[in-house]
Amino acid sequence: MTAALQIIGLPLPLALLIAVGVIAAVGYMLTRARAMTRAGGDARGLHSLPRYYGMTAAMFAAVPALGVMVIWMLAQPMVVQNAVLPLIPAAEITSAGTQSLILSDVKRVADGLDVAVAQGALKRADIAAMADDPSGLRETLGSVGVALGSDVKPYVLQAAEASRGLKTKGQSWMAIVVLVLALGGAALALRAADPAFRARNVVERGILVLLIVAASLAILTTVGIVLSMLFESINFFRLHDWKDFFLGTTWAPNFRGDSDLSILPLLWGTLYISIVALLVAVPIGLFAAIYLSEYAGPKVRAVAKPLLEILAGIPTIVYGLFALLTVGPFLVSIFGRGDEGLLGVEWMSGATAVLTAGLVMGIMLIPFVSSLSDDIINAVPQSLRDGSFGLGATQSETVRQVVLPAALPGIVGAILLAASRAIGETMIVVLGAGAIARISGNPFEAMTTITTRIVSQLTGDTDFASPETLVAFALGLTLFVLTLGLNVIALYIVRTYREQYE
Amino acid sequence: MTKSSLLVQDARTAKRNRAETRFKAYGMAAIAVGLLMLVILLVTIIGRGTGAFQQTFVTLPVTLTEGKLDKKGNRDLADIKKVSTFGYAPLLKDAFEAKVAEAGIETALKSKAMAGLLSKDAAAELRNYVLANVDQIGDTVEFEFLASGRVDGYLKGRVTRESIANDKNINAAQLDLVDALVADGSIAKKFNLAFITGADASDARPEAAGMGVSMIGSLFMMLVVLALALPIGVAASIYLEEFAPKNWITDIIEVNISNLAAVPSIVFGILGLAVFINYMHLPNSAPLVGGLVLTLMTLPTIIISTRASLKSVPPSIRDAALGVGASKMQSVFHHVLPLAAPGILTGTIIGLAQALGETAPLLLIGMVGFIASNAPETLADGLMAPNSAMPAQIYEWAKRADPAFYERAWGGIIILLVFLITMNAIAVLLRRRFERRW
Repeated sequence: MTAALQIIGLPLPLALLIAVGVIAAVGYMLTRARAMTRAGGDARGLHSLPRYYGMTAAMFAAVPALGVMVIWMLAQPMVVQNAVLPLIPAAEITSAGTQSLILSDVKRVADGLDVAVAQGALKRADIAAMADDPSGLRETLGSVGVALGSDVKPYVLQAAEASRGLKTKGQSWMAIVVLVLALGGAALALRAADPAFRARNVVERGILVLLIVAASLAILTTVGIVLSMLFESINFFRLHDWKDFFLGTTWAPNFRGDSDLSILPLLWGTLYISIVALLVAVPIGLFAAIYLSEYAGPKVRAVAKPLLEILAGIPTIVYGLFALLTVGPFLVSIFGRGDEGLLGVEWMSGATAVLTAGLVMGIMLIPFVSSLSDDIINAVPQSLRDGSFGLGATQSETVRQVVLPAALPGIVGAILLAASRAIGETMIVVLGAGAIARISGNPFEAMTTITTRIVSQLTGDTDFASPETLVAFALGLTLFVLTLGLNVIALYIVRTYREQYE
Repeated sequence: MTKSSLLVQDARTAKRNRAETRFKAYGMAAIAVGLLMLVILLVTIIGRGTGAFQQTFVTLPVTLTEGKLDKKGNRDLADIKKVSTFGYAPLLKDAFEAKVAEAGIETALKSKAMAGLLSKDAAAELRNYVLANVDQIGDTVEFEFLASGRVDGYLKGRVTRESIANDKNINAAQLDLVDALVADGSIAKKFNLAFITGADASDARPEAAGMGVSMIGSLFMMLVVLALALPIGVAASIYLEEFAPKNWITDIIEVNISNLAAVPSIVFGILGLAVFINYMHLPNSAPLVGGLVLTLMTLPTIIISTRASLKSVPPSIRDAALGVGASKMQSVFHHVLPLAAPGILTGTIIGLAQALGETAPLLLIGMVGFIASNAPETLADGLMAPNSAMPAQIYEWAKRADPAFYERAWGGIIILLVFLITMNAIAVLLRRRFERRW
């Protein structure tokens, strides 16, 4: 079955998708025609419009089949892994870390064998012949572009072969189950196509279920984020002391092992850069919002507001490049050239620094602060302003003493949202902040942030068994909790504030 | 202290009025600073990036010597193929010597140093030409080769005679030759189509690098995002806006969506790495994986804007549909949804634009690096074969510490921004054209 589908040259899931689509379409037409015939060719004899009968067939054929396919593809790797586990000698597994290391070896060898067989570099018989002494395999796989870290051990090859066998078997069964489900569903609808069958109600209930599934996908994403990071973080804390991670002060990853992995220097860099960014963005954004909402005429507002918001639509990679190639060198020319520079000081040695990243991030956040504060200031009731004017206050006095205090909770919420955006920002700090982890108060020094370290620990060759890679998940989880906390607080403040004036 | 009158302000009023003027000036200054930053940013991008759309070419007649390319003289393609690109280098050297002699330029340079003015691509280009036109061996053919990155930089003012003091790739004598050839008309800047259509090139050949293949990678990712995020987002919004009962489950979903919208994008990259690549074994660097990650990231944006446009359809439309006997589902799908469509479309385009410019999650799923040297041939290939994306390509260039690549990065940003501006303009036009005020 799988072989027949592979001949078409399509990957199996895509071929199945097309097959199910065809079955659904044929089912639609047959069922619709059958309902019409049974009603004597007169649509008025049917409970629902003829197309609803067709739609029951399409729905019964496609939805369960595709649902099973997706779940199958999600579950298969786990099942295969559990089945392969007993093949690894217990003596080889000294800790949880080595187990996942061996499993990832098995995975690599299995993938490599697939590639080698597909390219014709290996035949089934060759693999069987190597079962006892697979020392030549590393070279063969290397020649088809799959690099292995060490020579293949016999039990690894055995496990890899077993997992390949299971995978092929699983795929064949998946194809059979999916096609049977699709055909069965279509047949069921075809049998039910009767003038008294309440097709519309069935279809509508089905659509409602699909809508609910779509809405729960948001929850599923969150669960996926939390679980994926939580599992790997737990793995990390098995290999690395949690006290060192949260309380240590040195960040020095070392791929030979025995690294110092502490979050404090990264957290400090993150917060320092965010504070610099907020020092730029909050005054500018807030004053811009005050001017736009209290002083500017409709014409100025119509031009200036969208123009400012362009700043928010520019991709962060552009800001990153701007920081690295324009702002950084500019700052160096002021603060870092010694006697040749503008100030005659030599505080800055390189273009990447806290100040560089912070300034550029601040520019990025201006429209964020200004449009949020603008909304909030506009939500302050006009009656408060009128009352203040009536007492003889000037406009600026009204803003400072009436409008701003009234809008303060909302503005604090907006600043917190901006802070959470600053903490999670990646590209600007990757390009503009540097890579040296340190706790220092000098804004002209390069520092590094949580997001930068996540990128550097997870790009390149990642080995999911070493603490140096897994630490990225612990960092990601910390980042997620941090930003989520800020958001929840900010949204809560903004919401209660809004209700105050409604 | 002067007495106050209608004509003369007393000191306190004057002070208050000055404070008023000051306050207003702060506001104007804030807006001016914001707009100034925008202008500086755009001027920098355009000023630094437009150079990438022009490239220096060297016009050179090359004699395709039979003795070097086809020693047996039988024009057998298999034999000619045995001559590697190294075998073509002497032809370029000879061509340069002939050129210099013909133009009457005096130079002390050896022919090898002259050929150093050409891109390292030139020999391969020549070889491809010969393999495609075997019958022209023995003739003299005029070629337009890419000049090396340093020569290109010299013509664009990026490389100066002072800056090359410690540069082993080029020396002052070579620049003299360049000057002479420019005067001669053999070296000139031309529009560089290859930058828009071509693939990335290795570190040593900035002059040959282009955005084309990463553009295709981005295109495939956007197809995935559109195919998944639009239906799922619209379905979720319809449920939440039209059908969901007011209970704690709905509340959780709503809070969840607004929080997801604020999750840092890099976290979605971690999710993609852990779930799609490490767990589901989807291939590294594939646009399919990138598309899936960006789908999850844009879903909240699309849901939020779709719900807003569904909400703006007045209840009277729903009531009228229900009144003439439509079911709830029919009233939504036949009446509310079509009326909300322009708003949904606008929101989707803006969501796509956001996804197009996103870089951070792509770094984690491996969509960076010198991978894609060819455009994918089939749809499945386009989705599954390793590729890059526009912002990831720009990041890659920004990391190579070479001003010639920086110019490429700025140029890439111009291309990216053209796409984003077009998408946003379409969104604005759609809104203007179809927006209905009830």
